[in-house]
Formats: sequence, C-alpha cells, structure tokens
Amino acid sequence: MELLTINNVWMMICTALVFFMHLGFSFLEIGLTRQKNTINILFKNFFVITTGLIVYCLVGFNLMYPSEWIIEGVLGAIVPGLDSVAATDLSYNEGYTYWTDFLFQGMFAATAATIISGAVAERIKINSFILIAILYVVIVYPIVGSWQWGGGFFSTFTKGFGFYDFAGSTLVHSVGGWGALVVIYFLGARKGKFDSNGKPLAIPGSNLPLSAAGVLILWLGWFGFNGGSVLSADPSLTSLTLVTTCLAAAAGGIGAAVFSRILYKNLDLTMFMNGILGGLVGITAGADQMLPTSAILIGLIAGVIVVLSVSLLDKCKLDDPVGAIPVHLFCGIWGTLAVGIFGEMAGFDQFMVQLACVGIAGLFCVVCATIITLSVKSIVGLRVDAKEEEEGLDIAEHGTRAYGDFSIN
Amino acid sequence: MKKIEAIIRKSKFSNVKKALHNVEVNFFSYWDVTGVGNEKEGHVYRGVTYSTTDIQRRYLSIVVSEPFVERTVNAIIESAYSGEVGDGKIFILPVEEAYRIRTKESGKTSLN
Repeated sequence: MELLTINNVWMMICTALVFFMHLGFSFLEIGLTRQKNTINILFKNFFVITTGLIVYCLVGFNLMYPSEWIIEGVLGAIVPGLDSVAATDLSYNEGYTYWTDFLFQGMFAATAATIISGAVAERIKINSFILIAILYVVIVYPIVGSWQWGGGFFSTFTKGFGFYDFAGSTLVHSVGGWGALVVIYFLGARKGKFDSNGKPLAIPGSNLPLSAAGVLILWLGWFGFNGGSVLSADPSLTSLTLVTTCLAAAAGGIGAAVFSRILYKNLDLTMFMNGILGGLVGITAGADQMLPTSAILIGLIAGVIVVLSVSLLDKCKLDDPVGAIPVHLFCGIWGTLAVGIFGEMAGFDQFMVQLACVGIAGLFCVVCATIITLSVKSIVGLRVDAKEEEEGLDIAEHGTRAYGDFSIN
Repeated sequence: MKKIEAIIRKSKFSNVKKALHNVEVNFFSYWDVTGVGNEKEGHVYRGVTYSTTDIQRRYLSIVVSEPFVERTVNAIIESAYSGEVGDGKIFILPVEEAYRIRTKESGKTSLN
C-alpha cells in the first residue's frame, strides 16, 4: 500500500508535467509564427487539450487498452467511458491507480494532435483543424497505441521478443508527425513561403524568447513524459531515464547548433531549439535502455537529422513553420530504430522489428490521415482564403487581435 | 522656426543626443522606424538565407528657431556619420507656429 502510494504520487507528478508541455507547445508555436495568428494558435492548442481529454475518456482510452479485441491484436472493442469498477480496485496495478493511468495517458493523447497543430499553423481553417484533430485522437492514435501498449501485435511481433517503444518515439511522436506531414501536403505552403520559382523564403518567427521558454518548458515536461513512462517510481529506472533524457536533449541541441553552423555559417537559435526537442524525441523510445554515452550519441545524431530534414522539407516544397515534422517524425523514427542499434536491446533482429513496426505504423497513419484530410477537405475545405491568410487568422477566424492596441508591425 | 527631421542609425543615437546637447538643443522627440534604403542586410533563418532592404532606424524630430538650424544640422551630420551606406538623411521643414501648452506662450519663446 505504501509502495503504491509512492508510485502513484510519482505518476501524478509526471501527469502534471506532461500537461504542462501543452504550454510549451503553445509558446513554441506562437514564437515561431507571426503575430497575426497568435489567437488562432492558442485556440487550437486549448481545443486540443480540452477536447482531446474528453474524447480520450469517452472512446480513446478503452480503444487503446482494450479488454476485448474485435480483431485480435489489431482493433480493440470500443467500450465508451471509464470503467468505475476497475477504478475502485487498488490492485489494478502496483504502479498506479486506474484513474492515474487514464489521466497520464490522456495527456499523451492530446500531444499527438498538438504536433499537427504546429505544422499546419497560419493557414488552416479552424473548423477543418478541429475535425482532423478529433478524428486523429479518437481513431488513429489509440489504435496504433493499442498495437504496442495495449498488448496488440507489435508487442508480440516475433516469437520471444517484440517491438520496443518505451515512451512513444513512434507511438506518440511519429504518429503525430505522419499526420502533420499528410495534412501539410494537402494544405499547401503558406503564402510567401516559396517564391514563384519554388525557392524557399524565410518567414521569421515573431517572438523567439517565447519559443525559447516553450522549449525549456517542453524539456521540463519530458521529465514526466519519459520519467512517468517507467510506470512506477522504481528508483534506478526513473533516475536512469531522466539522465538519458536530459543528456540526449543537451546533445541534440549541440548537434543541431554545430551542424547548422557548419552548413549555413550561422548560429541559428531556432535550429538549436529544434535540436533539443529532436534529442528528446530521439531518446524517448529507449530512454530506459541506454547508457549515458549512447544517449549522447542518439541526441547528437537527432540534432543533425533535425537540421537536414528542415532543409529536406524546404526542398520538397512542404511548409512546416515550427519544425514539427523534423522533430517528431524524423527524430521519432530515428529514436525507434536506435533501440536496435544502441543499449541493452541492440541487435539485428531487434533492429528489423523496430524497422518493420515503424513502417507499419507509418503506413497506417498515412492512409488514415489521407482519408481524414481528404474527407474534411471535401466537406468544409482546408485552407482559409488568400485574403484571410494575409490579414491573419486572428481577425479572420476569431474577430480580434492577440495584443490589442500593442502592435509594432 | 524650422522642423529638422533626421533619420539616423540606432547605434549613433547616443552620440547624436550628446552632440545636440552640446549645441544646446535639449528638446526633441524620436521614434523607431523601419525603412527601405540602399543598404542590404543579410539574414539566415532556419537554413534559408535572404537579404532585406528593410532596415531599422531612429527618426528624430526637432523644432528649433532660425539661429539654431545650422548648428543642429552640423551636430547631427558630425555625430551620426560613419561613412558607410545607410548613415541616414536630414530634412528641414518650415513651421508656421508653435505653442507651449502650460504657459500659452507662442513663437520662439515657446521653444526653449
């Protein structure tokens, strides 16, 4: 009982830290975009955390941790609402109560939709975003999650051992990243992001200090994201996890800063910040498996991946204002594969399982996101019109400005 | 009475302010402006290099009586000079009348 209390308290602290990450996401996104879209961004982020939690309570949680399967290991039975019988049973788990489990997972669920929010900023219709985000959190995120964390076919991929994704490099970050990639493909770039020859132009962020606060808040939140994914307060595992998490974040930032300095002869703060996040996403799949030195290597490589993939997206004429796809998709894939390269579980067979599951999850997300995006496009459209985009979504969609009578531009 | 308007580099502002005090011009207004000029500033943002002719400057507005015009202009020219493209410009405009609100004085006496 005492142990349960200790474990449970730690899990609730972690839940709160993951909740706090939503402020980090908001700050990051506001700072890297223009002033005229600030309310719109806050609105999207508020929407995601509120509605995300509610739909996860009504449908997602049970779909992700099914008590019965409709298709064994692939699709769980939908049992709406939370199970109040299981909830009162304190032997639910030695690590935490049923309620803690729900809330911790609920905070994660909203994260996947927030990743999409950053990539589609400054030009998506708010109604379209709302529909896409709800469908993604209700359907795609819980189903992919159930394959691993709900005991589905990822967890028993081959005889003897299965896929490993400690806190969700693939299940949370890549899932969100794939969704973001598909939506921005259909949505198109912001006006002014590419010139008539397709050459990328810069649309500098309006408030880098705010973004910096966002990044540090996200880093803090990751203490809970990874620390809580131990699913108990186990002293050696939680401590190791926090060490690898922080080292990877540090190395990711340095990797991106140094690499972008070499590539562009410029000390780019936004790359530094994306690199930190890339390192965090990269370590997430194997945070409890790595030695500190492996964590540093994973982070450094994640930092390089961030810089390369930012320019890859530019080359593909895809517009991701905040770098959500480099950070969450590319580093998510890297982190998942890294479990087969570094640490306790490293090995060729494990690497192939990781690769296969990255592929399967990716394919499923792309197909679902395409269906969702095209359906939403045919019903309500995706983009605001050119005039509204020019004027800013704050006025066009929300009828007011974020900073009232304070305006420099 | 004349109004002297000057666009100067922000980095020269404290120099100019000191020079104006030295010629006993102690009252003026200023604000920060963005302008388009001959100077190009190179920027790099997230791997995209670009240059912009939109540059940040400070705009001074000084109303003085006739005897002060020449020394004010000279003070600004001397103190805002760097020799590089983008040092700025000075304009002189006629002012019809000036009032000091507190004392209701008008004309030259309202200025200093």
